[in-house]
Amino acid sequence: MTDLSHLPGRTADRLRPAGRTSEEPVARPRRRLRLPFSPWHLLLAPLALLFAVPLIWLGLSSVMSDAEINRFPPALWPSGIDLDGYRYVLGNAMFPRWFANSLIVSAVAVVSNLLLGTLGGYAFARMRFGGSRVLLVLMLATMAIPFQLTMIPTFLVMRKLGLTDTLGALIVPSLVTPFAVFLLRQFFLSLPRELEEAAWIDGCSRLRVLFQIVVPLSRPALSTVAVLTFLTTWNDLSWPLIALNHEANYTLQLGLTTFRGQHHTQWSAVMAGNVITVLPVLLAFLAAQKTFVRSITSTGLKG
Amino acid sequence: MSRLPTPITLPDVTPPAGPARRRRRREAATAWAFVLPSVLVILGLSVIPVLWSLLLSFQYSDLLTPSVWVGWDNYRQLADDPQFGQAVRNTLVYTALYVPLSIGLGLFLALVLNRRIRFVGLYRTLLFVPFVVSAAAQGVLFAFILDPEFGAANSLLHRIGVSPQGFLSDPAQALLVLVGISLWSGTGFCVVIYLAALQDVPRELVEAATLDGADRRHVLRHVTLPTIAPVSVFLLLWQTITALQVFDLVYVTTKGGPLGSTTVIVYFVWEQAFRNFTAGYGAAAAYVLGAALLLIAAGTRLVRRREDRRLKGATS
Repeated sequence: MTDLSHLPGRTADRLRPAGRTSEEPVARPRRRLRLPFSPWHLLLAPLALLFAVPLIWLGLSSVMSDAEINRFPPALWPSGIDLDGYRYVLGNAMFPRWFANSLIVSAVAVVSNLLLGTLGGYAFARMRFGGSRVLLVLMLATMAIPFQLTMIPTFLVMRKLGLTDTLGALIVPSLVTPFAVFLLRQFFLSLPRELEEAAWIDGCSRLRVLFQIVVPLSRPALSTVAVLTFLTTWNDLSWPLIALNHEANYTLQLGLTTFRGQHHTQWSAVMAGNVITVLPVLLAFLAAQKTFVRSITSTGLKG
Repeated sequence: MSRLPTPITLPDVTPPAGPARRRRRREAATAWAFVLPSVLVILGLSVIPVLWSLLLSFQYSDLLTPSVWVGWDNYRQLADDPQFGQAVRNTLVYTALYVPLSIGLGLFLALVLNRRIRFVGLYRTLLFVPFVVSAAAQGVLFAFILDPEFGAANSLLHRIGVSPQGFLSDPAQALLVLVGISLWSGTGFCVVIYLAALQDVPRELVEAATLDGADRRHVLRHVTLPTIAPVSVFLLLWQTITALQVFDLVYVTTKGGPLGSTTVIVYFVWEQAFRNFTAGYGAAAAYVLGAALLLIAAGTRLVRRREDRRLKGATS
């Protein structure tokens, strides 16, 4: 390909006054473009639009009136903002409940993964105890077990514990994941030992060392665990589908799928419900985009 | 798995006496207290179910009445079950389309987005956002957009003069449409992983190659692609495992239909266990899939180890 369009950009880079470049080294591919227009936009812009259109359409249809949605061909742009869909969803006794259920399950999962993952990860990283190696390998191995291999018996285990059709059935399996324990263990191993040693030789208890010295240093790893735990528990559908029976106990994801079946004609309400389901993760992503992407890549690459 | 500790040999260091020993014992006790909750939850909810599932796969079980041991019957029956055969075929078709397309598109977009282009951050965000949308929400959204009667997709096609399509309600199209939806949400993941990998391609290497007269295509083929090969292997493994386990999207959109054209293996397992109450049969199907996944994981490990050795041999 004889694409020379990048050249002006590079020369511009080299010609920039040295005083300004000292902040961002030229060798680092920091993309600040100095071209008026790159031909790649002709490809990227339509493609990005294609990726964005379904979500834009989700937002638009949620503020359309049902009359606008149901006529053929349907309106592609709302004539005005009609909040009947949201009113219907929020006035529906079940929907706020599902939201609360999802929130409870996700919040408990995040807090307990952080807590139990920290405790377990720290013990594996820094403390000596019999059988720790075997235990570690065993836990690592469980990450390779696919969900559908365990879903039927996990349901039976939950029934034995008397938890089926309660939020407990969702909470117990998500209390701690091997992923959280391992990610934190790896991070703790990378911290300099000296910081802790001084403190616990001085007589600090392990617990105190952990929470006063190690945890404050581990914010990147902890936020990774928090972000991914929230994403997976909030978005989960298959396990709630298996574990729950009564509508009152549904999570938002499960509720949304049945909601669609029952209110087929009220598409604006279904879409309003969908917006409410997607929004928390979307907002979390937009607010913490860097952390999000870093957590996806770091865990992905270590996979 | 590592060696089990040999039980009877004495430690060659004499155990520290007095306070040191007591301290070490206290340390072990604390450590166990730290890991116990994780161990109970993780091992309790994986090791027990995996074994239980294996037992179930040799039983006739409806999850309610006591089950009956039937030996290999479930597996034999699976081999002759046309529905299971179709589920396996559908899963393989889905995987064979989704995995290369998502990785190929992801690599291409990552290479483009790694250039100096304006709005790169915006493009990345737009491509990645669908990844955080749950399968349930995706399913509901696309069922709405692709509704054959009043969906926006057909309305658009109508405007450009294309006859309305059945999409998810057409047995010939449904599986392809599902692949399309998965690409919408899954490509961004590949882009992000590849972009991270491209940051690690040593610039000196690229510059050296350019000085030696390599053009862009040569650099890509001989420098960039080999450097990010481990990431490609990882993505291949990861995307294959995700594709073989697809369930949520199918459940929300088509429920395996029309005419079984989108019944995938996990959907089959779920249907057997929690719809038809033939849990033993479902467990057997799950074990078939589990074995396949294990083989793939072991296979890529082997490949990766050989690659490592080759790379080490090349550099030293």
